[in-house]
Amino acid sequence: MATGDLCTVERRGRVHLITLPGAGEHRLNPALISAIRSAVAAACASPGAGALVMAAEGKFFCNGYDLAWARGDPSGRIAAVRAARRGLVADLLALPMPTVAAVTGHAAAAGCGLALAHDTVVMRASRGFLYMGEVDAGIKIIDYFGELLRQKVPDAATRRDLVMKGEKMTAAEAVRRGIVDLAVDGGVDDVVAAAVTIAEGLAARGWDGEIVAEIRKAAWPELWSKVKDYGCDAPSRPRL
Amino acid sequence: MATGDLCTVERRGRVHLITLTGAGEHRLNPALLSAIRSAVAASAGAGALVLAAEGKYFSNGFDQAWARTVPLHLQAAMGDAFCGLVADLLALPMPTVAAVTGHAVAAGCVLALAHDTVVMRGSRGFLYMSEVDAGIRIIDFFADVFREVVPDAVNRRDLLLRGDRMAAAEAVRRGLVDATVDGGVEDVVNAAVAEAEKLAARGWNGEVVAEIRKAAWPNLWSKVKDYGADAPVVTRPRL
Repeated sequence: MATGDLCTVERRGRVHLITLPGAGEHRLNPALISAIRSAVAAACASPGAGALVMAAEGKFFCNGYDLAWARGDPSGRIAAVRAARRGLVADLLALPMPTVAAVTGHAAAAGCGLALAHDTVVMRASRGFLYMGEVDAGIKIIDYFGELLRQKVPDAATRRDLVMKGEKMTAAEAVRRGIVDLAVDGGVDDVVAAAVTIAEGLAARGWDGEIVAEIRKAAWPELWSKVKDYGCDAPSRPRL
Repeated sequence: MATGDLCTVERRGRVHLITLTGAGEHRLNPALLSAIRSAVAASAGAGALVLAAEGKYFSNGFDQAWARTVPLHLQAAMGDAFCGLVADLLALPMPTVAAVTGHAVAAGCVLALAHDTVVMRGSRGFLYMSEVDAGIRIIDFFADVFREVVPDAVNRRDLLLRGDRMAAAEAVRRGLVDATVDGGVEDVVNAAVAEAEKLAARGWNGEVVAEIRKAAWPNLWSKVKDYGADAPVVTRPRL
């Protein structure tokens, strides 16, 4: 399946913009995660790219894991998609450029985690919420995901409301609580434009990408240590 | 080199005031770190400590220019001495106040934030983690210390990953610094000394202050304690 069906990539100035296209829920299964990871890796290979933006079309940024697909082989498939997403988080943490999530619609569960794995998060003000739906759906939150939440949502009360109560948080609330950096009025394109503008500003700082990656890993070492063996640069397992 | 060339020590009431002297950048090289540590050790008997500076800078960080001229093991000694100073401050049996009289950059910023209370000049000077702009890696122990003194995720991201320069008002708003002080360097020092005098007047048992502080920052303490003045010296067995 061509990557273009699952995510598109374009350059806007120095910004490498990845978009999950279409009006669907952009639910994470290995195929989509693989496409996103290819798109993320392409940012490093894109000459002059200075920052990355992750966005989506439609009503959803990402509505979590593809549970319908996972039901085909519950234990095996959930493990597979978790491992793949762990790798995506590792790739984002190790990325040699600043990252910006443009939360254009609902970001639920693993989709919420994907947004929070970026350095900066902007969110559509008028529609969409962050929703850690695991408690409602009866799904565990595993080690690195918990670490991600602890690191990026350090306020205990906010974390409790998100994770233990399954609160649906709008952009304004998320900004007030310090999880999201900016609420953007308007439609999907306005949110993307705002994210690209911020990304362009970060790219313009002209930072050494390797240094950005190393500082990010040093700033979030507990999270990095839980995901680093899954990243694209991790040493591969020996074949017996 | 006489300590007086690098920093001065005076008592104001119960307050032990250390001032980094001169109009320079007060770059933290082994000589200055050693002088500051001696000055800190000389605080015995006082009720509170204040660290301040003259001129435009509180401290502009490690002495990178010096580091480039010496072999690797001496550069490491500069990092070790910095850890040692942080350990000495954490273990100090009295409250500590940083008077951020000017720019506090990189290691200078971390040094300021390693005090119990931080007051900062309102009109000039900023906190700035310059590493990302300067293309310098933030190495393990330094990142560990930074994470402990800046636990908030957004502040950490903005300081480390964006190289934000934070003036006093912003730093207070974000909870990094306790108070801004209007006026010049002397006004900031006076405010810090006044705060320190109030803390000293509480008459706390110094040993208890030190133990409570170490218990409040156990991760930071565990990372620096082996470098402190009171750390047991590990002697290698002679074969």
